[in-house]
Amino acid sequence: MSCAIHASGLRYSYPNGQPALAGVDLHIEHGERVALLGPNGCGKTTFILHLNGLLRGQGVLEVAGLDVSHKVLRELRARVGIVFQDPDDQLFMPTVREDVAFGPLNLDLDGEAVESRVREALDSVRMAPSAERAPFQLSMGERRRVAIATVLAMRPALLVLDEPSANLDPRARRELRELLERIDRTMLVATHDLPFAAELCERAVILAGGQIVADGPAADLLADSDLLARHDLELPAGFDLAAVPRRPRPRADAVAASAGER
Amino acid sequence: MGALCNHALELTGLAGDTQSRVHRLDPRAKILGLVSVTLVAVTTPLALWPVYGACALVLTAFAAAGRVGPRAVWRRARFILPVVGILVIFLPFVRRGGAQYDLGLLTAHEAGLAVGATVAVKALIGTIGAVLLGATTTFPEVLRGLEALRAPRLFVLIAAFMYRYLFVIVEEVGRMRAALVARGFRPRNALQAGAIGRVVGSLFVRTYARGERVYLAMLSRGYRGSMPQLMPLAFGRADTAFVALVLVALLPLRVASGLAA
Repeated sequence: MSCAIHASGLRYSYPNGQPALAGVDLHIEHGERVALLGPNGCGKTTFILHLNGLLRGQGVLEVAGLDVSHKVLRELRARVGIVFQDPDDQLFMPTVREDVAFGPLNLDLDGEAVESRVREALDSVRMAPSAERAPFQLSMGERRRVAIATVLAMRPALLVLDEPSANLDPRARRELRELLERIDRTMLVATHDLPFAAELCERAVILAGGQIVADGPAADLLADSDLLARHDLELPAGFDLAAVPRRPRPRADAVAASAGER
Repeated sequence: MGALCNHALELTGLAGDTQSRVHRLDPRAKILGLVSVTLVAVTTPLALWPVYGACALVLTAFAAAGRVGPRAVWRRARFILPVVGILVIFLPFVRRGGAQYDLGLLTAHEAGLAVGATVAVKALIGTIGAVLLGATTTFPEVLRGLEALRAPRLFVLIAAFMYRYLFVIVEEVGRMRAALVARGFRPRNALQAGAIGRVVGSLFVRTYARGERVYLAMLSRGYRGSMPQLMPLAFGRADTAFVALVLVALLPLRVASGLAA
């Protein structure tokens, strides 16, 4: 496992010929927490769908140490956990427990291992008491947490979240951020919620026009209001970036250790 | 809209004492038992009233064991029974034979009355059987039972997704209707109702798009064409005993009265 994500010249066009990704170059190490920023429609979700082979473009793409191709799809989908934007798309089983078990069961684990993974995943998002409930009985914040548990239960090396803070009230949003901070995994967070990105990630990249146009420490990138404005992004009025504690980049040895844990 | 969902939930959820022996039976046992009650009732010829009585007795005992009260049964059955009622009301006038009863404009026939009565009883037994299954077994459990009984997998999958997304779609319809009403939509004639057509159209497109997104989410978590089972069902001694009891109560009577007739 050399790197978490290595994309070089990744291109993809929609079936109608419209280009969505026009040569994405992105390198993410194990243990990093990276915010993928960009306005709506810039190709964030399209890029995410490439990471576990749901879409296939031209160019080089290695994810979680695997070259994305037909042969490794199963292994790839076990290593890359994608949390989709709308939890109603992600939670399709009749009860929370069955939904969280769906992934581990597809990995052909035995009953006991599945059971312990379900427990562990629900505990980590504090949703264990709701295991027998149906997804439509949960609030939006709870659904989002269960959606994250469904992915954590597969013990992915890389966790990818698509607009995790969308449709959450301020409190649910803060709780989600605190929850994600405790999860010790390589993380790619696609969002246009810049304060959320600033608080959660140490590194940020901007995707615009199907290319990575900026890459650097989140605090520096988000302080550059001209850069943000050029790509239709802005911090909310009154948000004090200086008040957000700076996150150091993870040390390489700690990263290697957490990568070997799988 | 939440109220509507909760109402629907109440009518699909469990009723009675959820820890009762009947509630804890394997879903396959309950499906087999209650389906055989319905099958016996449906295949019994006219006027073999003891068989219908036995069916009713089995259902009553089942309800009593699960502590499902008549009110709970009525609340759930009332949506199906009117349909049966309409059919039964017409039969005495359509089916000819036997004595005739003049009711002014219409004439009722004895044969029609007899057929109407048996159809009503068969439908009632079938409906109550289904209601009792629903009141003692959660919908996901019924689906697991059906799958274990080798019901076509596609059918079970469609039912499962329908159950999961019905509420999502109902909420979506509610939001779209609210948006129409908020902009002053009050159709006064059939032409203005065209907006409803567009709502249905966009609902179809949205549902289709959701279907695609759900499928992507399934693939992301390693879906390979079959739904995995979390807890295997266990068909125990109590389950065998239950099915045997139902069959012993009904089959000899059914066969005997069949021979006698």
